[in-house]
Amino acid sequence: MGDSHLDGRWSVLPTPDLWIVSGVAKHGASMEPNGWQDAVFEALRRARIRQVGYVPDAGHARLIARAHAEADMRAVVLTTEEEGVALAAGAWLGGDRAVLLMQSSGVGNCVNMLSLPLNCRMPFLALVTMRGEWGEFNPWQVPMGNAAGPVLAAMGVLVRRVERAEDAAETVEGAAALAFDSAVPVAVLLAQRLIGAKVWVR
Amino acid sequence: MSEGQLDRRAAVAALLRDPGDLLVVTGLGGTTYDAGAAGDRPENFYLWGAMGAAAMVGLGLALARPARRVLVLTGDGEMLMGLGALATIAAQALPNLAVAVLDNGRFGETGAQLSHTARGTDLAAVARGCGWGRACTVAAAGDLEDLRLRLRNEPLFAVVRIAPEEAPRVLPPRDGALLHHRFRAALLGP
Repeated sequence: MGDSHLDGRWSVLPTPDLWIVSGVAKHGASMEPNGWQDAVFEALRRARIRQVGYVPDAGHARLIARAHAEADMRAVVLTTEEEGVALAAGAWLGGDRAVLLMQSSGVGNCVNMLSLPLNCRMPFLALVTMRGEWGEFNPWQVPMGNAAGPVLAAMGVLVRRVERAEDAAETVEGAAALAFDSAVPVAVLLAQRLIGAKVWVR
Repeated sequence: MSEGQLDRRAAVAALLRDPGDLLVVTGLGGTTYDAGAAGDRPENFYLWGAMGAAAMVGLGLALARPARRVLVLTGDGEMLMGLGALATIAAQALPNLAVAVLDNGRFGETGAQLSHTARGTDLAAVARGCGWGRACTVAAAGDLEDLRLRLRNEPLFAVVRIAPEEAPRVLPPRDGALLHHRFRAALLGP
């Protein structure tokens, strides 16, 4: 991917993982095969995830597109991340397994809602793409990016972190087993370095 | 808008009459007590916290059990905290989920402060604006039986205008793990 994808407003570091032009994920780009994100999707499928609640994030674009295309999954677009915590609780009450896909900024929106899986001793699984921690251009992402892991831990969520692409699927698979077999809340933080920092170009 | 007139206990008892295998999710506060007073059963999942969660718990449940009817019963304050859920649910266009909001225009748990619905917000109009094809407001006791039937058969959003008077506390179980495990056992077996 070369400079031809930069249109003078903003784009991303030229990693093969993310392809963004003019502020929106380029249509169709998220359906292109992507090594570690496809592996994470397969891990979710092996974990028998049926409901995928999400607030869109470029780092989750491939997972979201695949969830929508998967007959055995229901992808549910949310207006705010805390809805996904409640969705997952309802799914579990009905016998389904759910995952919540969000960006680190969404962690703060979830805090009180986490009392639901915690009080009810229900499983909870979230995949969090990190912003504000590596190569971040937008200072507004930094406070919640910096606090996302500690805030989750303070609420009693078990936090796992992925730094390298080759660890992503295995970490998610282990987190899903931990969440659903031991009925605990688990969040996997996907490092910004893994996703690719957004670069704004004037 | 004038005050609602319906007695909340009588209204909920009417709406939950002959529950059969109806799956019920209640929001924290008055509707949890009302549902408990109408008859505790394992297929009732009461929220005692997580304000704003009720409608979304109903959505996850309704998606998981498409052959079962799900009724979310909550109050105006609880619904107002999770208004976005009305858009999220409408976007899924499910046939088996209904939401009924007992609207007294008050935050009943905290001193009966006036809520937004007493200051001009029309929740049925909000639901329509979010894409709900069927939304209604019921204010008369004589309409409750028709509403009961609609809530069991349609993807309906209903506002039930109740009087602001507080009802005696009837406290169903509040241990979340107990509520969760008995609900799943009743629905899915041991």
